[in-house]
Amino acid sequence: MTAAAHAQDHAHHDDHAHHPTGIKRWLFTTNHKDIGTLYLWFSFTMFLMGGVMALLIRAELFQPGLQFVNPEFFNSLTTVHGLVMVFGAIMPAWVGFANWLIPMQIGAADMAFPRMNNWSFYLVVPAAILLVASFFVPGGAAASGWTLYPPLIIQQGISIDMTILAVHILGASSIMGSINIITTILNLRAPGMTLMKMPLFVWTWLITAYLLIAVMPVLAGAVTMLLTDRHFGTSFFNAAGGGDPTMFMHIFWFFGHPEVYIMILPAFGVVSAIIPAFARKPLFGYASMVYATASIAILSFIVWGHHMFTVGMPAAGNLFFMYATMLIAVPTGVKIFNWIATMWKGSMTFETPMLFSIGFLCLFTIGGFSGLVLAITPVDITLHNTYYVVAHFHYVLVSGALFAIFAGVYFWLPKWTGNMYSETLGKAHFWLSVIGFNIAFFPQHFLGLAGMPRRIPDYALQFAEWNMWSSVGAFIFGFSQLLFLYVVIECIRSGRKSEQLPWEGADTLEWTHLPTPAPYHTFETAPVVK
Amino acid sequence: MTDNMGANMLRNTLRTAATAAAASASFAATAAYDVDILPPASPIAQQIYDLHFAILWVCVGIFVIVFGAMFYSVFTHRKAAGAKAAHFHENTTVEIIWTVIPFIILIGMAYPATKTVLEMKDASNPDLTIKVTAYQWAWEYDYLQDGVKFNSLLSTPRAQIEEWDKKGEKKNADYLLEVDKPMVVPAGKKVRLLVTANDVIHGWYVPQLGVNQYGIPGFVKDTWFKADKPGTYRGQCSQICGKEHGYMPIVVVAKSPEDYATWVKEQKAASPAVMVASAAPAGAASPAEDPNKKWSADELKALGEKLYAANCLACHQATGKGVPPAFPALDGSKIATGPKGAQIALVLAGKQGTAMASFARLSDTELAAVITYTRTAWGNKAGEVQPSEVKAARKG
Amino acid sequence: MGNAPTGGYYFAPPSHWPLVGSAALLVMAFGGVMWMNSIGGGGWIFLAGLAILFYMLFGWFGTVIRESEGGLYNKQVDLSFRWSMSWFIFSEVMFFAAFFGALFYARVYSVPWLADIDNKLLWPEYKGAWPSAGPYLPPQFTAMGAWGIPALNTFLLLSSGVTVTWAHWALKVGNRSQLILGLAATVALGFTFLGFQIYEYVHAYSDLNLKLTSGVFGSTFYMLTGFHGFHVTLGAVMLTVILFRCMKGHFTADHHFGFEAVAWYWHFVDVVWLLLFVFVYWV
Ligand code: HEA
Ligand code: HEA
Ligand code: HEC
Ligand code: CUA
Ligand SMILES: [Cu+2]
Repeated sequence: MTAAAHAQDHAHHDDHAHHPTGIKRWLFTTNHKDIGTLYLWFSFTMFLMGGVMALLIRAELFQPGLQFVNPEFFNSLTTVHGLVMVFGAIMPAWVGFANWLIPMQIGAADMAFPRMNNWSFYLVVPAAILLVASFFVPGGAAASGWTLYPPLIIQQGISIDMTILAVHILGASSIMGSINIITTILNLRAPGMTLMKMPLFVWTWLITAYLLIAVMPVLAGAVTMLLTDRHFGTSFFNAAGGGDPTMFMHIFWFFGHPEVYIMILPAFGVVSAIIPAFARKPLFGYASMVYATASIAILSFIVWGHHMFTVGMPAAGNLFFMYATMLIAVPTGVKIFNWIATMWKGSMTFETPMLFSIGFLCLFTIGGFSGLVLAITPVDITLHNTYYVVAHFHYVLVSGALFAIFAGVYFWLPKWTGNMYSETLGKAHFWLSVIGFNIAFFPQHFLGLAGMPRRIPDYALQFAEWNMWSSVGAFIFGFSQLLFLYVVIECIRSGRKSEQLPWEGADTLEWTHLPTPAPYHTFETAPVVK
Repeated sequence: MTDNMGANMLRNTLRTAATAAAASASFAATAAYDVDILPPASPIAQQIYDLHFAILWVCVGIFVIVFGAMFYSVFTHRKAAGAKAAHFHENTTVEIIWTVIPFIILIGMAYPATKTVLEMKDASNPDLTIKVTAYQWAWEYDYLQDGVKFNSLLSTPRAQIEEWDKKGEKKNADYLLEVDKPMVVPAGKKVRLLVTANDVIHGWYVPQLGVNQYGIPGFVKDTWFKADKPGTYRGQCSQICGKEHGYMPIVVVAKSPEDYATWVKEQKAASPAVMVASAAPAGAASPAEDPNKKWSADELKALGEKLYAANCLACHQATGKGVPPAFPALDGSKIATGPKGAQIALVLAGKQGTAMASFARLSDTELAAVITYTRTAWGNKAGEVQPSEVKAARKG
Repeated sequence: MGNAPTGGYYFAPPSHWPLVGSAALLVMAFGGVMWMNSIGGGGWIFLAGLAILFYMLFGWFGTVIRESEGGLYNKQVDLSFRWSMSWFIFSEVMFFAAFFGALFYARVYSVPWLADIDNKLLWPEYKGAWPSAGPYLPPQFTAMGAWGIPALNTFLLLSSGVTVTWAHWALKVGNRSQLILGLAATVALGFTFLGFQIYEYVHAYSDLNLKLTSGVFGSTFYMLTGFHGFHVTLGAVMLTVILFRCMKGHFTADHHFGFEAVAWYWHFVDVVWLLLFVFVYWV
């Protein structure tokens, strides 16, 4: 046993004192902070790519008629924009946050499986390559919408196979990442860090990881069946052989709905860290926040049918999914109310992270309300697959998930880099984003109410005005993101040194027990949490 | 991305910028800033309309209260205003209150919604049943009792749509929402739709009638509507169905029952030649057609050109060059210049797993015409195909 | 555990294996896409990717085994492995759930719907009785009966569950020869199962006309049994590796997570088979 202990010491030494430098550091790294950084930069790159596609979409939709792209390419833009934003931008960003923060917030030295952690990251890269390369193969990129419905997808070319395999690889990455996160949280907490003392960000990620493990394999199964239907003569989704295209929708949305909460739960966690810090007051209703998150996650498994009200399910099916969907408003409301109660009688200041969090609160709620409108089956009949839906999900995804990502980046940048970003530019980024975003997406509600279908490259004349506004807003919003890039780079390269505790009210372990910037290795001996 | 698209983009960026400037000047005068659901035109649509507004206002109310409280807090409990932070962080009573109240509000919403769902789903006892079949990219309407059957296609000219390398023609008022032959129904009668599709999923969506129903290939799904009063109601395909998804509008014309009866008579009386001349492909089973008639090559070609524009052009293009590799060129194609039999067979059966669907729904004469056209147009010199040959192939 | 949780926890040093693995998957993906679309050389590229993958697996697992035998994994690391294996198996359960879902959906919904009154418009002749190849392809196949090879295979897999447990007991009391005997029997039973399954497929194709293309019955039948068979193959290969490790003297009575992980996996494959036997072959 002593020999073993010795080996342990030795490995410990090796592992923690040195690490390769230069490119090897980044390629071979097993350090959670490095991997977090990789994820975050990757995510931002993909965000720009997806954003450029969005801007092409908006340019084409600026006025009626076909000016820039042909319809086939337009459909590819929409499809890959959706896939890239969901799987390339938002999800990896959250995994990046998880990597950076979870070990520091629970008092662990690293993730439970550092090598596998590296692999989780380096799997998203080939997947991204497959997705982006699919634009350049004969036939062009997937053009079926990000939901990949058969039989349309059976008709299309090579790019579909690339997309399917990309989804498989992403699934493997997500599953490994989630297992890593769950194990880290369950097994590597510092002494005294009971479950109910964990910061909410950790809680939300624990629950998110469970969602991922439960649904990514189901998505993998669904696309596997697509693949065999395409190439090996099976009839899962082909009525002539006794299958059913609707079956794909059921399986896809069994994944798809939890997927949207996968993108929003960590956002709830980030906001739950930021609002108390800037209100200088503890989070209101910690326990109910945990239970609400868990309820949302559980409910998310039984609401998928709300994407399918128009396929012709029996009335009982429609009603069940309508009721279940509406129920989600209750725990989500609890969260909104708790955040506001946290602000109530606080002593608030409004630095950029807080601004983005307040923006998140208002705009996510608008998105939640439009979701509730869509949940009402009869109303969804008239709004399904119109721009109302597009407005809904950009409110929850852009001003929800993405704004929370921005808030989190501004909040933890000092901890990550040791430097302070420019508060003036940060605030400018916030205001430009809020204004651009609302000009871009609020009018889309009106377009949807007036009956404009989504995924069309061209539209009737009565939709022209609001589309023009929407495009203008999209460009304002898009270009303000370059400002964000600038703020981050400036902060890293020449920002003023941050104080040890830049935010008066922040009280989780990474602020109270670690220097700023956080050193390469932290918590080699676990802190004790009272 | 096609080769010249980059150049197009540049040119069009400039043009768009110019339009933008011009448009914003003339904005106020012409703009249609609708912020509302279109006026409902059926009982279900009316209920949807009412539900939507009820829920919208409840949500607005909640929003104002909740964010009123938040902004009050933002303005008064700020450090700059000298606020000192309190320390409370729990209160079971309020937690219960704000769990229960939303729950009750939701029940209040669910109740009327449930009634509408049950009504929507009840397609029993219709006055009239129409089978709707979606094709890439046309709607086929088959009046099961009245024995009328026809296709309905976008009628907006391409020249108004395509502006890649030129300024498009002036757009019609109903740009993209107009068809050659609308669905005609009697107002005030319960019309049951049996919706299905031939190739991929489409959505039959007419918001003012409160209908949005996917057509799923291989399955028949039913829905219904009852138009309140005569009028024209427009909608579009609601589910992405390939490249022309944006170009498969739906127009429903509701007529008084008497006018409807007249319309049915006219349809039955009309000879298939008339239908063909309007370039709307008729159903395969047009009784008056004589497949044994021998047509001249020119006759076939002239008819075929119209049918080509309606049925094939979207993929194979007016130039016959297609959009390779997704949609092969017919100009110079091995099949369109090779033995007749192979081409007849292909167009009749389609090709599994590709966008090339079966066109067996066209009549023998129509198929002969369109095939002749593809074999003789552009650089192709392969000779004509007679209806009798198609008929023989269909049998075989 | 006792000591502070992170004290002495082994965190792996920088490693190139993950990158090799990603490269392998990228090559395999491109090769596979080319292969499926009959683009020349696709098959070879795919195989090259597979070779890289095997290289990575050998290297990575080799490292893990060395670390384990070097005593680097303390109790807490062991616990991490347990959590991770459990949740990995859960993810596999969900993967199978997708395919079982397809089977239930086809039987309970799509096939009866296709035969219902409205669908008479499209498929006037279709009766919709299971097993079915759907309304378009004439169902000239015979479904695989439950009480021939499948029942035998059930017996084989269940026995292998027993033998692996027997081996585990032996490991816990330090009885090497019984351990090796039990494992060897498990491996043998596993491969025999696979042999029978291959025989069954040949029989289905040549005598019953039951093919992957036999409508939704063929699709679900081959997808479920094939995916399961793939898991049995993985499990059997892993068991073989464990067998060799046991013969080399690896594992101790209180430190043998590698063994247990594979045993868990094997039991999981076993349970899935029971479900398959009931829902695919029997009812
Ligand atoms: C982060 C992502 C995210 C989130 C959080 C949500 C949240 C919700 N979504 Fe959304 N949704 C998407 C992403 C998301 N959605 C996407 C991407 C699509 C489109 C997919 C595609 O087709 O491409 C979609 C589509 C979609 C549809 C299908 C529309 C259609 O295609 O026809 C529906 C229908 O029910 C729906 C409903 C809801 C509901 C009820 C919620 C709820 O969770 C919202 C709950 C929140 C609130 C209600 C606000 C706060 C609550 C209070 C202040 C309490 C008091 C309130 C009341 C009592 C009303 N969503
Ligand atoms: C997940 C998150 C996410 C995010 C962040 C976004 C961001 C944006 N989305 Fe989208 N969107 C989806 C998810 C998302 N979207 C999904 C899932 C769909 C459905 C797809 C489908 O139908 O299948 C969709 C569909 C969708 C549509 C409907 C398309 C259609 O139906 O045809 C539209 C149209 O306006 C749109 C617009 C935008 C815009 C303007 C942004 C903006 O926020 C983008 C901001 C822009 C930038 C960030 C660009 C920055 C870059 C530059 C300024 C250039 C600099 C250049 C270099 C550095 C090279 N999105
Ligand atoms: C939805 C798009 C679409 C429409 C509409 C369409 N086709 Fe096609 N067509 C295709 C595709 C895709 C192929 C290639 C099939 C393949 O991969 O072999 C094809 C192939 C063909 C070929 C064989 C060309 C060759 O040399 O391989 C002919 C001939 C043809 N179509 C004729 C027609 C005619 C005639 C019509 C109209 C009545 C028509 N097509 C309508 C998509 C379409
Ligand atoms: Cu037909 Cu979209
Ligand atoms: Cu959903």
